[in-house]
Amino acid sequence: MRDTEGDEAESVVKKTGTRVSRRGLLKAGTVAAFGAASGALLPRVRAHEGHDHGPAGAMNHFGNASVGEVDTRNFDPMQYLKEFDYGKTTTLSDGRTLREYDISAVDLEIEVAPGVKFPAWAYNGRVPGPTLRATEGDVIRIRFTNAGAHPHTIHFHGFHQANMDGVFELVDRGETFVYEFIAEPFGLHLYHCHTPPLKRHIHKGLYGVFIVDPPGGRPPANEMVMMMNAFDTNFDNENEIYSVNTVAFHYLHHPIKVKLNELVRVYLVNITEFDLINSFHTHATFFHEYRTGTKLEPDNFTDTIILGQGERSIVEFSYRYPGPYMFHAHVSEFAELGWSGMFEVV
Amino acid sequence: MADIREKTVAPKTLTPGGRLILLVIPLLLLGGLVAAFVVIGPRGIFPGEFPPVEDLSFGRVTLAPNEIKMVVTNGGPSPVTIAQILVDDAYWEHEVVPGRTVERLGSATITIPYPWVEGEPAAITIVTETGVTFTHEIAVATATPAVDMRFLITFAMLGIYIGVIPVALGMTWRPFLLTLSDRWIHFFMALTAGILIFIGVETFVEALENSHGLPTAFGSTGLVTVVALASFLVILLGSRRIRGIGASAGRSGLPVAYAVATGIGLHNLGEGLAVGAAYRLGEIALGAFLVIGFALHNTTEGVGIVSILGRKKTSLKHLIALGALAGVPTIFGAWTGAFFFSPLIATVFLAIAAGAIAEVVVDVMRVVRDDAVGGLMSTESLAGVVTGLAVMYLTGLLIAA
Repeated sequence: MRDTEGDEAESVVKKTGTRVSRRGLLKAGTVAAFGAASGALLPRVRAHEGHDHGPAGAMNHFGNASVGEVDTRNFDPMQYLKEFDYGKTTTLSDGRTLREYDISAVDLEIEVAPGVKFPAWAYNGRVPGPTLRATEGDVIRIRFTNAGAHPHTIHFHGFHQANMDGVFELVDRGETFVYEFIAEPFGLHLYHCHTPPLKRHIHKGLYGVFIVDPPGGRPPANEMVMMMNAFDTNFDNENEIYSVNTVAFHYLHHPIKVKLNELVRVYLVNITEFDLINSFHTHATFFHEYRTGTKLEPDNFTDTIILGQGERSIVEFSYRYPGPYMFHAHVSEFAELGWSGMFEVV
Repeated sequence: MADIREKTVAPKTLTPGGRLILLVIPLLLLGGLVAAFVVIGPRGIFPGEFPPVEDLSFGRVTLAPNEIKMVVTNGGPSPVTIAQILVDDAYWEHEVVPGRTVERLGSATITIPYPWVEGEPAAITIVTETGVTFTHEIAVATATPAVDMRFLITFAMLGIYIGVIPVALGMTWRPFLLTLSDRWIHFFMALTAGILIFIGVETFVEALENSHGLPTAFGSTGLVTVVALASFLVILLGSRRIRGIGASAGRSGLPVAYAVATGIGLHNLGEGLAVGAAYRLGEIALGAFLVIGFALHNTTEGVGIVSILGRKKTSLKHLIALGALAGVPTIFGAWTGAFFFSPLIATVFLAIAAGAIAEVVVDVMRVVRDDAVGGLMSTESLAGVVTGLAVMYLTGLLIAA
């Protein structure tokens, strides 16, 4: 490449101009100014050449990614994506279905990005807790044991009696409490700890997805759960890590495989703390949004939605063309801090 | 009534072996205490369960097209593991050499292939294994100069403009000074002391400022104080030995003028270091105003060198040598700062310089005491010192702007 003195001088002047206007004269006076005064030669300013990141770089969104791999033995985001817990099922004398669950709260260290450990509080030893799934009208019975060091509860979204709300009946260390209620209304809900200080008890990891299917079910689809969560690893009330299903960039490094034209249904829940909103954006396709999943007709047809804290939506879409497609928060800051993933359409 | 007069212990005569035992006994007791603490001590009452406070500090940071490279040092009590790197709040690919775990007082080099933007700030954050974050802010991103002729010349010119020329200019006041009355010559000698006190304090403060960038394990304030005082005492005693104890150092103006020139030279080396490093770290851009400010500030130093000579007959050769001794180090400082800067080298060097300058202040005060008409405690001395301080302060404002 030919690279002439004149071009260089011009680029220096251009850069000087930008800097002076932006930062004021003194701070921004440049070597160019000094060089001109002293007769010294101008510093060499090279144009930024293209940098070859290699094939891994291309898959990692051109450098913006975590480095390394997490240990998935305790919690595998790939497995969590499609794991639904229907509980221990029995049919009651009146014909209704009883679903029983055992849930315990524990303190443990989880890995939220390769090498980054977070001292979490977790339902059943994982963040998010298990995805509980029932059909509208089922009787839900949850035996909750607190094996952690602090008092905890489980607060379910839905209809239930006051003493089943998981707010006033704090469950102390070593104690057990049984929650019982009817699963209604159908839709996409969540459960989380409601012990004060609430912000800490939630962002430490005590939350999970609660799906109530409509009596007739929904059309068959490739179903998956995405919990938009975030972690304040240095406890300054700002998140260092954003993700779906806990591990930053996990689905970017390990794309989710979906088939061409098949219906994909994502149960999308926002439990992010400290930030008012989170968002979800799909590339190269549009989706139907069922807000809170409480109706069978879609509310929206779009490719980007915003969810506030505790808000959730069921989104349904399919891909027309094969290939890798990103999905991520359209809040670019969150996307770059870990909330980015990829679908591999085959 | 008991006898309250102090009693003295007569020197004991012992065999060398016996003396050795007396020397070692306290050390053995100390070793025993440590061992007892480790084995059976009440360690349970000290917090041991929690992860220790991590402490990473940033050393040399260099920018090349599409690449940020930085050296980090672990100044904390235990190893720190670097888990991820953020640039401007985005996780970024990177390499850590020799490894992600940095031992106590160990260092690692992090290389980040990042398309930084010329002239804009950039913040690099390290996320450690425990989720703690350490952030280094680059005030103005600009490519780190490579060591080539072009930059050597640029920084040599810088040194000449802010060091060599101003000092030489200040010295051209000598013919004028020689026309003054004795009382005014006395005033200007005291002015030299004022100038030196100012640059001594300035150098000491700069040493402290640099030390804040060091890992805390180095004990920043302690390091600067110990090095500066040691430097002062060693030079003080050393110079007395060389000249002969008891001999009046102030008898001849020329050696003291050389001492003054050396002190100023050390200070200017430090100044060059600071300017070169600040430019390289993207903290300042070298504007014409900055250069003019330094030039005016340092002209005063030239006045100081010729003032201390008083009416002593001095050859042109000596005058040139004095000027070079005070001014030329600026060039070497600028080169060192621009190309080899490290907070540790800068801190230690500046502390040594501060001690050396303090010693020169003592020399200058002896000259004023012995040679000046009014002696040390006079109106001329007071007015001279205060004026020296004030002139340095006021011309210094031109730089701070």
